[in-house]
Amino acid sequence: MAHHDHGKHGGKSYWLDRKGNVAKVFYALIAVDVLWLAADFFYKKKAEFDAWGGWADGGFGFYPVYGFVGAFLLVLAAKQMRRVLMRSEDYYERRRDGGAS
Amino acid sequence: MAEFLLSPPLLLMLGSVVLAAAPRNVLPRTVLRALLLALPVYSLWRFWGLDLGDYAQFELFGQTLTLVRIDPLSRIFVVIFHLAALIGSVYSFYVKDNFQPLVGVFYAGSALGVVLAGDLWTLFLFWEVAAVSSALLVWVRRSGRAAGAGLRYLGMQMVSGVLLLAGIVLLRHEVGAAPGWAEFRNLTGFLEDGGLGFSNLAATLIFLAFGLKAAFPLLHSWLIDAYPESTPAGAVFLSAFTTKFAIYALARAFPGQSELIWIGALMTAFPIFFAVIENDLRRVLAYSMTNQLGFMVVGIGIGTELAINGAVAHAFADILFKGLLFMAMGAVLYRVGHVNGSDLGGLYKSMPITTGLCIVGAASISAFPLFSAFATKSLIMSAAVYKEYFWLWLVLLFASAGVFHHAGIKIPFFAFFHHDSGIRCKEAPRSMIVAMVLAAAASMAIGLFPLAELWFGVANPFYELLPYPVDYAVYTKTHVITQSQLLFFSALAFATLMRTGLYPPELRSVNLDADWFYRRVGLRIWDGVATAFVALHRAGYATAGRLAATALETAQRHLGPQGFLGRSWLTASMALWVAVLLAAYLVVFYWRLG
Repeated sequence: MAHHDHGKHGGKSYWLDRKGNVAKVFYALIAVDVLWLAADFFYKKKAEFDAWGGWADGGFGFYPVYGFVGAFLLVLAAKQMRRVLMRSEDYYERRRDGGAS
Repeated sequence: MAEFLLSPPLLLMLGSVVLAAAPRNVLPRTVLRALLLALPVYSLWRFWGLDLGDYAQFELFGQTLTLVRIDPLSRIFVVIFHLAALIGSVYSFYVKDNFQPLVGVFYAGSALGVVLAGDLWTLFLFWEVAAVSSALLVWVRRSGRAAGAGLRYLGMQMVSGVLLLAGIVLLRHEVGAAPGWAEFRNLTGFLEDGGLGFSNLAATLIFLAFGLKAAFPLLHSWLIDAYPESTPAGAVFLSAFTTKFAIYALARAFPGQSELIWIGALMTAFPIFFAVIENDLRRVLAYSMTNQLGFMVVGIGIGTELAINGAVAHAFADILFKGLLFMAMGAVLYRVGHVNGSDLGGLYKSMPITTGLCIVGAASISAFPLFSAFATKSLIMSAAVYKEYFWLWLVLLFASAGVFHHAGIKIPFFAFFHHDSGIRCKEAPRSMIVAMVLAAAASMAIGLFPLAELWFGVANPFYELLPYPVDYAVYTKTHVITQSQLLFFSALAFATLMRTGLYPPELRSVNLDADWFYRRVGLRIWDGVATAFVALHRAGYATAGRLAATALETAQRHLGPQGFLGRSWLTASMALWVAVLLAAYLVVFYWRLG
């Protein structure tokens, strides 16, 4: 069912194969993010919640900060979860008598 | 009779059985496939001509059962289930064997039976049929792992069925009649009466039965365990029906049940942590499914018209975009043989069309403006804001950033980009691409309809299908900007973590989840009980054997040829003993008279 065909397109070079271009994508993302952040200067949001002095959904830069910090901490927390939860791939397949790890 | 046979559930179920039974020489494969696709198309067309109301009622054991009850809540699920059956069937034509689409359409029929059921007994019947037919779609992978996962899956589905049955029976005991539509709709009332009466217990059992299939926390692991073990096509069918008719059942029976808010919030949050460290990309999608179901459960818990609309709309959208993502990963599985993030990468070179379609699915699930979840999840988020659930809103916002992280970025990134793994394969088969294009087009349409309404005044056919009238503006400046900010900065976090090397590498591994309790702890307990039972049995057997041997020996001693009772006796001694007996008898006789 699998159709491995290593090297068939091996000669063809793609734009993303060049390391410098990956960096370009990263910098483009930063530029786009700066633009989205700047958008907060140009319109007025109505705060629905009083919490945090109305900053939560009405203040400058709340969504960017929350999105960045939330995603960052999510990954770091998940990484720590591996210490407790990760097992080898055949954990459940191993014979019962010798299976505990 | 035609009303029964041509009702959506029976038409799909019986139709697929007839097609499966037809001999190959009578029905060539292409004709069979054409007929199979015609089933959901004709069924939906016929359904569309029906007005709201009851159809196909029948008497059974003195109770009136309703096979088809159409109301605005069931109607939208009927539409999407037909679409899912159609798309799933097209997708599954990549294999010559028609077993999967036939079972898939049958399973779709049973799911239609659940959402159209006009009473709890009919609901229960289709609830069970769906459980069994969907288990076949796990087993069809024909691997050892799939066999085990399918068995565990079926076991959990049966637990849900038993809970439901127990609830219905208790409810019948309480109300003194067959629990019909009125009871079905009033389960919230029963649950909230606060007493310890049977009706409360009944509603609790039914709540758990629905909750198990909706993948409530700790009851969710059957989904994570089984769906990724199925075939590419099997997972597409599985992802569409069971969890969504559970959402329907919750929306029908428990709207506004406040427990659902926090159950749902937990469901949106915890799976994203698992999804980040999961290596099997279809298992990542299974976690992401639990997360999306969480949004729907929250919507049902909030219970306002806007929130219920949001929950139902999101269920509709999820079937399409989650189906699309499962199809894209299924295509990778089919071509490469596995979907381990640790061993993939660079596949955009070999599968550019699949890559593009996968990105549409990723944008849809992440709720990017112009894509479907933006037009559905926003309803739930806004409903939470209007009811001023601040902490809930923060959790949902975090979960939204997390969805983009694990489903929106991780899936396409590790499969199609990242480091070039060196794997070169063919593009996905044509049937797969056609099905993915259909799902992608529908996902984009849902996202674009509100914009067409805003700009051109075109009525939004999707919102008109929702159970309540929609008075909600999706594309406001605030919505578009804040959502884009959240997502793009979440992307920046991902890119930063990748570039700094902080991002945890994809590793070949399994991560323990709630199923560990029955796959390890439960198994250990079972082993212990079984060992004890065997020991007890052996001990009992040995004791019984010893006793039997002793009894036999005693009998042998007394009754054997040399035994006291087995010997030959003199006639005289017999006469003596008879005389003694008679004398004793006389003595007793006189004593009694005296």
